Amino acid sequence: MSRLRLGIDVGGTNTDAVVVDEEGNVLASTKAATTLDPSDGIATALEAVIVGIDKGSIGQAMLGTTHPANAIIQRKDLEPVGVLRLAAPSSLAIRPGAAWPRDLLTTVIGPSAIIGGGYEYDGSEIAPLDEGAVRDFARLCKGKVSAIAVSCAFAPANYEQELRAGAILSEELGSDFAISLSHQVGTLGLLERENATILNASLFGVARRVVEGFHQALVGHGLKVDSYLTQNDGTLMTAEEAIKLPILTVGSGPTNSMRGACALAKISDALVIDVGGTSADVGILIDGFPRESSAAVEVGGVRTNFRMPDLISIGLGGGTIVRTDGGAIRVGPDSVGYRVVTEALITGGSTLTLSDVSTKAGRLTSFGNPELLGGVSDDVVVGALNWVDHQVQILCERMKASRTSLPLIAVGGGSHLVPDSIPGIDGVIRPKHHSVANAFGAAIAEASGAVDRVYRYAAEGREACLDDAKRLATEAAVRSGADPDHVRITSIVEVPMSYLPGQGCRVQVKAVGPLLHS
Amino acid sequence: MRELTLADLDDMVLGATLLGVGGGGDPYIGRLMVRQAMEDYGTVRIAEPADLDPDGLVLTIAMIGAPTVIGEKVPAGPEYTGCIEALSTYLGKKPVALMPIEVGGMNTLIPIAIAAAMGLPVIDADSMRRAFPQIEMTVFTLAGISASPMSVADEKGNVVIFETTTNQIAEKLARAAVMQLGMANGISCYSMTVSQVAKHGIQGSMSYCVDLGRKLAAVQRGEEGAYDAFLDFAKAKKFFSGKIIDIDRRTTEGFARGTLVIEHLDDPARTMRIEIQNELLLAFEDGKPVITTPDLICVLDHENAQPITTETLAFGQRVDVIGMPCAPEWHQPGMLELVGPKAFGYDIPYVPMGGEA
Repeated sequence: MSRLRLGIDVGGTNTDAVVVDEEGNVLASTKAATTLDPSDGIATALEAVIVGIDKGSIGQAMLGTTHPANAIIQRKDLEPVGVLRLAAPSSLAIRPGAAWPRDLLTTVIGPSAIIGGGYEYDGSEIAPLDEGAVRDFARLCKGKVSAIAVSCAFAPANYEQELRAGAILSEELGSDFAISLSHQVGTLGLLERENATILNASLFGVARRVVEGFHQALVGHGLKVDSYLTQNDGTLMTAEEAIKLPILTVGSGPTNSMRGACALAKISDALVIDVGGTSADVGILIDGFPRESSAAVEVGGVRTNFRMPDLISIGLGGGTIVRTDGGAIRVGPDSVGYRVVTEALITGGSTLTLSDVSTKAGRLTSFGNPELLGGVSDDVVVGALNWVDHQVQILCERMKASRTSLPLIAVGGGSHLVPDSIPGIDGVIRPKHHSVANAFGAAIAEASGAVDRVYRYAAEGREACLDDAKRLATEAAVRSGADPDHVRITSIVEVPMSYLPGQGCRVQVKAVGPLLHS
Repeated sequence: MRELTLADLDDMVLGATLLGVGGGGDPYIGRLMVRQAMEDYGTVRIAEPADLDPDGLVLTIAMIGAPTVIGEKVPAGPEYTGCIEALSTYLGKKPVALMPIEVGGMNTLIPIAIAAAMGLPVIDADSMRRAFPQIEMTVFTLAGISASPMSVADEKGNVVIFETTTNQIAEKLARAAVMQLGMANGISCYSMTVSQVAKHGIQGSMSYCVDLGRKLAAVQRGEEGAYDAFLDFAKAKKFFSGKIIDIDRRTTEGFARGTLVIEHLDDPARTMRIEIQNELLLAFEDGKPVITTPDLICVLDHENAQPITTETLAFGQRVDVIGMPCAPEWHQPGMLELVGPKAFGYDIPYVPMGGEA
């Protein structure tokens, strides 16, 4: 039986790896430095973590990675994309790429066209698909772009035209030409979904290299396992799917950390704070999953409509710089980051950081040499930690969904800064292995499926519509590898649409289930 | 006459968000439309009534539909230009300027984009200087000006023109037409002359919106004295700074309704309650009404002074509640029946913010 799971998380500073058994016990864990080519860091972490583990007992390997997110932020390795929108005569007043940062626009967006097609809110066609225009566009793109992004008005409700346009493009450009269809990428909101689809298509090359590197590392260590990547909502997609939908992994880091915190602490409803070297993120877990943000999420300066964890971040971490100007104590927002290991006073450096303050106050132990902190006055320690405590309290208050008291799970290398007692918080939990919560979150991830579409309750009744949405979400989860006998519905959101006839309602359903063991 | 340029756009969007009083539709799509229209056709002239022929025709232009649909069925142009052209043909006269009906939310921006495309100026006036949910809620209704004849169009070339007996019926017929035309449409109503606009419109609304946005942007940049300058400019007052401790939402009869409760930052014994119907309508402190429609209630993020829309209000947010008197043109007979608390079904008195009822 292949019972063990391998989880790897590539973060900005560290690449973490864990091996977890089916009860969720951590059998081994390691931290390696993230490398310029992240595949090297993955290989190093993998090699270290499987020492002493029976390789045949590992059945699955999960990777959470910041490669695609970094590629977008750094405008690196992105490929040019042709953009085809099926919506004319609607939408002509806003062209594809509107409001993109200039440098990203010129790097990514090649030829674009808005052609006849698209659907109305009631499912009828805005216009029939202009197949001739699809063929013309294919010829225009030939040799100029690596991929084409296709988006269609109301595709989340009806994607027939997107499929047809994709088929025509394949006929014209060859069946291995890369195409991204918007209904697979995003939800309601044409411009945001189109943006996400374009970014997705420009990441195909990056994604292919990540997955190949991951596979090589696994095979190189004799691991014959199923491989997965974690996505923004904390669930898995197969490595093959990830090559087609890399954009869905850009927010997976914080999600993995929160899901990992939840499982390590063995509680499903809590606040989570992840404190690193530079910043602290606070999120909230409801039923074991991060609450998702309702506001538009920007990726590399581009507005998208992803389901991303609702997080509040501030510049508060182990490397955050503490200054004393006259009598006033100022904390951050800048940080020495990963250089805390050489620049903090306690490590022989010359910069006063929150790690120094934390050590002096007894919150942080076994780091550096406390004798180097003789020159730090108690006033500075009290002042800086008062600021930290106040910030943590404000973050927690802002994140809570109600007045009910919740516990706070503190994870990450800088979590020593979190005080033991916070007003309005029902205890601070510091789980074992908290410093590899990200990789643990990846290792325990499940498969999922989601639906987001507009129903008209007046026609078929609310129950029938909800049942349909649940069935579609469940089927999608099973397609992603979930065990059909154990799929559960984890969220149902109904948003009645103002001014819409026939009791129009937007319904979002998500289904999640454990992976079907092979 | 002055030019409105892309440099004014950010301030105008911020002003429009504030005047949206929590609703009015996200100006984001409108902003993208204006940007493209200015790139394609150039800047837009903002005209005073005195700059124009007093007998010249002014036509309003606005978006009507459901916000969720407009996010998916993005504006094209012909649904707006089609309204103007059809009404112009029906009246046998070409317009000398376009006018926003609602300076507040998305409809602040639409007339600018369309004016750029049609090569017309936008007259510096409107009929609300805030967001309201229905067509008849205008100072023009108070002045006895008819919303009809009125045109509604889609992007494909379908146009309807209505003649109606009251502005309330105009609202109902427009909504009915929109349901058949894709729920993301243009509407033109309240056609009038330049001299009627000068006499009955809210004057200087567009400039006011840009200036208000500029003052608020200075607050957001943390400039010395900017908060007081912003409040002075709007004759506004900060009523409350607190933390949201309850938000209850419900949707009935097509309106997003809700109740917001805020606890004072320094004195937890003090609370403010705000009633929502698409927009922020009424604010009560310790049960007593303190800001009431048609005066404006603006909820700003306590940290960064960003106006918060009703959909994004959330437990735990720290906010400032600002009361702003409505445009002085609202204060005339019939105001309370049309847009006072009772018009929205609340049996409470109007508490004038500006000092006079």
